[in-house]
Parts: sequence; structure tokens; C-alpha cells
Amino acid sequence: MSLDDDAQVLKNIPLFSKVEPTKLKLLAFTSERLNFLAGDALFAEGDTADAAFIILDGEAAVEVRSDGGFVEVARVGRNDIVGEIAILCDIPRTATVRARSDLVALRVSKDGFFHLVTQFPQVGIEIMAELAARLHHTTQALTAARAQLDIGADV
Amino acid sequence: MQRSLFGFVRAYSWPQQLAILALTLTSLPFFYLWVELPKRIVDDALGGPPGPRDFFGIELARLDYLLALCFVFLALVIVNGVFKYVINVYKGVVGERMLRRLRYELYHRILRFPPSHFRVVSQGQLVQMVNAEVEPLGGFIGDAYAVPAYQGGMLLTILAFMFVQNPFMGLAAVVLYPLQIAVIPPLQRQVNELGKQRVRQVRVLAERIGESASGVDDIRANDATAYERARFADELGRVFFIRLGIYRKKFFIKFLNNFLSQLAPFLFYSIGGYLVLQGQLTIGAILAIVAAHEKLTSPWKELLTYYQMMWDSQIKYEQVVNQFDPPALRPRHAQEAPPPADLELTGRLAASGLYVGEDEAEGGLKGARFALDLPAHVALLGGHAGGHSELLRAMVGLAPVQSGSLTINDREITKLPESVTGRRFAYVGNPAHVFAGSLRHNLVYGLKHHPRPAEEGGRGPREDAEAKASANSPHDSAGDWIDYAEIGVSHAEALDDRLLEVLETVRLSRDVYVLGLRGRVQPERAPAVAKRILAARHRLAERLAADARLARLVEPFDPARYNDNATVAENLLFGAPLDPVWSTDRLAANSLVRKVLAELDLDAELRRIGWQLAATMVELFADLPPDHEYFRRFSFIGADDLPEYRELIGRVDADEAARLADGPDAERLLALTMQLIPARHRLGLVEDALQERLVQARHRLRQRMSEADRARIAFFEPEAFNRGASLQDNILFGRIALDQANAEHIVLEEIAGVIDELGLRRLIVQVGLDSEVGLGGIRLGLQLRQKLALGRALVRRPDWLLLDDSLALFERAEQERLRDRLLEASRGRTVLWVHTRPEWTDAFDRVLVFEGGQVTAAGTPGEVSARKGDLATVAAGA
Repeated sequence: MSLDDDAQVLKNIPLFSKVEPTKLKLLAFTSERLNFLAGDALFAEGDTADAAFIILDGEAAVEVRSDGGFVEVARVGRNDIVGEIAILCDIPRTATVRARSDLVALRVSKDGFFHLVTQFPQVGIEIMAELAARLHHTTQALTAARAQLDIGADV
Repeated sequence: MQRSLFGFVRAYSWPQQLAILALTLTSLPFFYLWVELPKRIVDDALGGPPGPRDFFGIELARLDYLLALCFVFLALVIVNGVFKYVINVYKGVVGERMLRRLRYELYHRILRFPPSHFRVVSQGQLVQMVNAEVEPLGGFIGDAYAVPAYQGGMLLTILAFMFVQNPFMGLAAVVLYPLQIAVIPPLQRQVNELGKQRVRQVRVLAERIGESASGVDDIRANDATAYERARFADELGRVFFIRLGIYRKKFFIKFLNNFLSQLAPFLFYSIGGYLVLQGQLTIGAILAIVAAHEKLTSPWKELLTYYQMMWDSQIKYEQVVNQFDPPALRPRHAQEAPPPADLELTGRLAASGLYVGEDEAEGGLKGARFALDLPAHVALLGGHAGGHSELLRAMVGLAPVQSGSLTINDREITKLPESVTGRRFAYVGNPAHVFAGSLRHNLVYGLKHHPRPAEEGGRGPREDAEAKASANSPHDSAGDWIDYAEIGVSHAEALDDRLLEVLETVRLSRDVYVLGLRGRVQPERAPAVAKRILAARHRLAERLAADARLARLVEPFDPARYNDNATVAENLLFGAPLDPVWSTDRLAANSLVRKVLAELDLDAELRRIGWQLAATMVELFADLPPDHEYFRRFSFIGADDLPEYRELIGRVDADEAARLADGPDAERLLALTMQLIPARHRLGLVEDALQERLVQARHRLRQRMSEADRARIAFFEPEAFNRGASLQDNILFGRIALDQANAEHIVLEEIAGVIDELGLRRLIVQVGLDSEVGLGGIRLGLQLRQKLALGRALVRRPDWLLLDDSLALFERAEQERLRDRLLEASRGRTVLWVHTRPEWTDAFDRVLVFEGGQVTAAGTPGEVSARKGDLATVAAGA
């Protein structure tokens, strides 16, 4: 429950693994530790993005709005970080993240996150790698979807 | 106003001046006796032959005689002292009354200045004149006649005495006076001229300071501080050199005067000595002459000082009065006359050959002519030199009418007294001014024309009599000034209905509600509010308790429990300070707090925690640049103090810190601990056992406080309204949990729900109306201020609402919402509205188009657009 514990959790997250412990402690200190009940939204699609969340305990679903309601597109859990992309590029939230169980998260404000990135290029590189991986993943998914469409068109 | 100071003094304080004179003259014999008596004691009681003495016809032994004389001396000391006291106080009273009269008159004149005069005389100058420049006059006025009469009398008495003793001697004493009288006045005139310059220069200084203070943003934004400093230095230099000139001349006069006075003894000794050596005069005679001359010096000097002071005061008076006597000063009766009985404000409004404006180049009306039937909602449309704005200003006496006529049913509007133009008309400029005081005060400002006497706490008879003696306002500002009849309500609660209605019209309700919720309740209103707010507190507690999801969002205040979401200091004090002495950030410095902590053996532990905190802060913040915003937002220690703490934790370790004796270091560590909020900072420093002991300390602290100190804190008590906390905090009565997501948002919604459920909204708006707006409304935004001014105009349901582009500072959608509401609220009455939105014309009954100071089209919106085509070009044109 204490700041040192939080800092330790951060240390276990790959993104922050190369950051000095003191800096992680500062990050923890300048962040809010928040409790969510199952069903609470960490943030909702369309909100302005002002913080990223690091899940310390519990599980959450990433949902996007579709015609009938919400569709779950991913699950996140302990030591996952969510919402960091939106604060990087200043766009509204592209998805809703909802707690699936009671959940504890560290809310890292936009300032705090940027502070860390500017101080530790390593963090920036990790994020780039993560983004590249996601892009790769998306591109593959897109290619597959196209291929399927082409097949569909042929039939 | 009298042109000369003496004219002013004679006109308003002649009997008092005579009284001062009479008192002074009466005191003279006693003074003379007191001066003479010691000589008698020495010569007669101590010296002279032995034997009994005669004391007022009674024969007394020598010792008794001595004692009798000594007691007479003592009596005279008392009598003289009493005379001096009475005369000085009376002089003070007379001077102060005259000063009060003068300042009141000057202020009254400011209220009657034609608007153009404010361009000639700046605010800084006015302040300087009314406050500082007239100040010394009070002192002088008490002396105006008494000093020359008294000192002049002394001088003449001594001279007469000398002439009687020996005419030659008298002549010798005064032989140089003609020379002094010839030489000094021309020099004094030069000093006077410099004095005038100095007065003017100091005014310039006041003006510069005023301008710099009001324009400081732009001075800095243009990096012009160096230039402004140089300018100010130059002005100071001018004052310096004028002053220097004054000193040189003034002290030269003194020097000359002293020299001439001392020239007399020179003559006595040289010529007299010659005569003695020649055997024509005795030595005794010369000594007597010198002694007599000595006596003359003091009154002569006093007279000279008076003479200089008189000129100084005279100049100041004239210089001030000149500035307060502009041409076109608004006559008194315009502000004091009652409204004409048969005035009808519906009917024909007509203008012909109307010229309004002070300056040809500034636009204004140039021979405007039109006629309209009222009531009507009229749009006045035109470009920036159309002159339509001047028309409205002329109606309320803010712009001078040069010629022509402006009439309602053939009665000149510009000749109407302010009891009509300021009551039945309501003019709102852009931006309008808002006054220091509460929102409520501002809303009812336009109803304050004449007071009913205050029921209590008003002016007493003494204050009344004194105000009368200085010809000040006979009205008591603390009285109830609100003219309820003017808005057709009978009592205060009904007035509130009206105010709330107006707030709704100008779309201020929501803002005032928020102000009320975050505001504290004025003590006099507290009893009425307390019960209902307590009910809301209980209702909220019920709601929270009923839902586990909600309950976790608030940690209520419980006198027996530590609150994790509050600081250590707040937990200790457990109340809202009513006096800054007990503000939570000063708690560590409070000796009683430290004593209580020591008694409970808490001090060492809290110091240890402080040390750990300091160490953590030093670790976390050490390599941030000092101007990093984290210091402000997160650190317990400011960037400037960090090195000091680093040094401290380097010098002592945690155990040594715990053992520190009471002193600056101990206080510094304690101050850190005091700011700790366990739920936010998660440093794990305030363990459960410690929390319990801190709760004990809370109780002990309250017990040990003096009665007076307890009255300085509004303690958190579940069943009592807390007057040191806002309404919102009173309803909440606890802290919103810092570690629960969205807690604040949800809890505020709940509070709003409770408020609506219990019907408290009105009450909260009423509390909001008591919020102070600050000088010139500085605490409100520009738009709120303007809405407040609109509300002020609407409250009295004016016959004519005159809006001079009053919505310009709102965004378009808000302008339109306000337009509809204002017109709706004025249905059946007249609205004359200068605005720049040609597309609005359809909302009005009539349109007047102004171009180049003339009315070029008038009629219904349809008629006007048929004649003028596209009105947008008119509005855009010059």
C-alpha cells in the first residue's frame, strides 16, 4: 500500500524497468492511487485524455462502442498500462476501459508521464517499440481482413 | 466655494474662531502670573529682609509665605495646563470639522463633475488633493486667528511696555522692523511660487503612481519598467529641486530675519556703549533694553512662522479649490430635486436639432431629429460615429447637450433631475461598474436613494450632531436605504424573490448558487441557515450509508476518529480556523500545540516522521530544477528551502531528530509532519497507534485552549453548523476519499441531489448573494460583473431601459439568450438599445438608424430595411 510498494510494482513493468528507483518513486508520489469497483470506468471513449493508468491489481476490459453497445476488444490486468497512447498524441479516448473486478490503479497524469519520458529516453524508446509492435499487429490484422474481403469478393 | 482660505474659515467657523481667541486672551493673565511668580518667590520670600510678609492682606510668617506662594504656583501650573489642554482640543475640533466640511464638499463636487472633467483631472490627482493636500489645513485653521492675535498682542504689549519705560528704548527695538517688513515679503512670494509648483508636481507624481499601478500588466508586457522607472526618477528629481529651492529661500528668510533681529543688539551695544562711555546713558538702561528686545524675539518668530504657514495653506487651498470648480459642474438641484409629480414617461419621445457631445471629432449627435411613440422596444443602430450612444448618455446626463431639444411629451429630458434619470431610467454601459460589497448590495444599489433610520447600530446623536456641524450628509449610511415601494414589494423576503427572479433573467443563478455553496455564511444569517444545512448533512449521510458504493467515497468527520484524508494539522485542530492565528499551516509554530504534543510524548515521534519526510523529499526532488512545477504541486518543501532541509538531515539522523530540543529545527520538522495526508501521500508514516494518540492530542488541545482561543476556531461537531466552513463542506461534513476513483464528481452530484430534495437551492442562492465581489468587482469575471450590472438595472423595473451596447463582451449565443430575456422582462415598457447587430432588428418594435450624428431612417424593422436596404453596411460604416 505504500509508496515504496508502488515503486516496486512500477519497476516490474517492462516499460519502466530501466528507470532509476528514485524516479519511479517520484512518479508514484506524483500519481494518485485509486480504487475502482467492478463496473466503474477508468475512462470512457470520447473523454479528453489527461492521464494514463497503471493497473496494480484487478482486471479491466477495453471496450469500443458498436451499434448494439460495447464490444470487448482486449483484457488488461496487473502491471498493464492503459491510456498512454491518447495522452501522447492529444486525441480523445478511443476506447472505454472498465473494471471487471475491483481494481486498484495508479493514475499517472499527463505531466508526470511526459516528465518521465523527457528525463529517460529509454522510456520513450520502450513506448516506440510498443507502438511499433501494435502497428505491426494492426497491419497484419488489416492484411488478413483484406485477404478475407478479397476472398469474399471472389466468391 | 470660497476662493480664499480665510473666506472659507470666516464663512464656516467665525464664532468658533472668536471663541478660541477669547479663551486664549482669558488665559493670558494666568500665564503672566505664572511667569512672574518665581521672581516673587526668589526676591520676596527668599530674599529681602526677615520678618512676616503680606499675602493678600493676611500677614504670614516667612516660611508660611513661601509655602503659600509655592501652592499658588502649583495652582497656576494646573490652571495653565488646563487652559492649554482646552484650547488645543478646541482648536483641533474646529480644524477637524472644517477639514471634514472641506473634504465632504470636494467629494460632493467629484460626484457632480461633468464627465469630461475626469479627462482633465486624473484619479490619482483627486486622491492626492482630497487626502493629502488639504490635510495640513486642519491644523492651520485652528490657528488662523488665534496665533496672529495672541502673538501680535504679546508683541504689541511688550512694545507698549518698552515705550512707556523709555521711548528711546522702544524706538531702538523696532527700528529694524520696517526693513524686515520690506525685505521678507518679496522673498516669501518666491517661496510661494515654488510652493505652488511643488503642489502641482506632487500631483503629477500621484498620477504617475496611479497610472503605473493600473497599467502594470502592460508595462511589464512591453518591458518598459526601465523607462517607467526613469520617468518616475525624473519626476522625483523635479520635486527634489523644487524642494531644495524652497529650503534655500525659506531658510534664507529665517537667516535674514535672525540677522536683522541680532542687528538690534549690535546697535544697542555699539551706539548705546558709546553713549555710556560718553556718560549719557547708564549701563542698567542698556541691559534693560537688551532684555526687552530678547522678549520680543519669541513672538516675532512665531509670527513669522505663522506668516509662512499661512501662505503655504492659502496656496494649497486655492490650488485644490481651482481643480474642483470646473465649468458645467452639475448643479446641486439636479441631484437633490424630487421627481416632478406629473411626469409621464409614455407618449411622444422627440428630438430636434439635437447636438450632443463634447468634441467635434469624437462623433456625437449633430442636429439629430426623430420622433417615436413610447412604450416601445427600440433598436438604435449605427456605426461607431453614429452618435446613438451619445443619445442614451445625454438622457441620463452623462453627455452634454450643446443645443436642440430632446423631449418626452414636450418636457426636456435633459433637465430632469437624477431622481428621474437614475430611478425610472436604467442605463447600463459597457462595461458597467460594479462596486465593492456583496452581490446583493450591487443588485439593490439602484434602489438606494433615501434611507429610513437604522433600527440599531446606526449613527448615534453624537455622530449626527457632528455631521451637522460639518455640513456633511444628514443621512445614515447604515440605515435601510432600499426603496421597497419602488419595486412594489413590502419586505425583505419579497425583495429576495425579486432578486432571484432577476438573477434568473440575466442568467446568473447558477453562478450565484456555486458562490453560495462554496461561500461561508455571514454570522447574522447563520441561525436561519444552520438548521436546514444540518438537515442536509444528515440526509447526505443517510444517502451515503444506504449505498456501500457511495459510503466508501466520503470519510466523515468523527471527533473520536482520525481522518485519513485530512492533514495531521487538520486532524489535530479538528475545526475551521476563524482567525488566521489558528490557520493549519501555523500550527507547528503554535506554542500551545507544541506543549500538548510534548505532554503526550508525541513530539519526538512527529519529529522523527518529519525527518523521514524531509529525507524522502530530498531524495525525490533533489535533482529537479528549482523552478520545476512539481515543487509547487507536490513537494512538502519549497525549492528554496530544500538545501536547508538537506543540511538538517545531513547533520542529524532520525533518532537525533527525535531527541531534538524545542527550537527552529524541531519546528521545521514538525511543520512537515503537519502537512501529511496519509491517504494521499502513502508514505506509511502515520500508523494506527499514532493516529489514536493524535486523536487524544486533539481532545487535549481543545481542553487546554483558552476561552478566547476556542472562540477563534469553529470545531467540527456532527450536530452543529460550522460557520468557518463553506456550505458545501458543512453538508459534506467530512473529506472526500482521495483514493477512490471519481469520488469528487459523484459526491458533488449527491450533494446537489440532497439540496434539490430538501429544496435548499433558494437558500444557497441567498447565501451566494452575500458573497463579496471585491473592489470594482475584481473577484468576479468580467462577464459576471456585466450581468450583475444588468441585474441592477432590471431590479427596479425601469420605465426606460437604456442599454449602451451592454452585451458586447458576451459571445454571440449568450448575447441572444440575454437579448430575449431582457426584452421579455421589459415587455410593455420602453427599451432603447444601442447595439451592433443589424440581424436583430426583427426582435424590436422600432428601429432608428444613425449615420454621422443624424437619424437617417426610423420606423418599424420592415420599413427601415425597405428604405435602407442592407443594415449590415450601416452598422459597419462610420
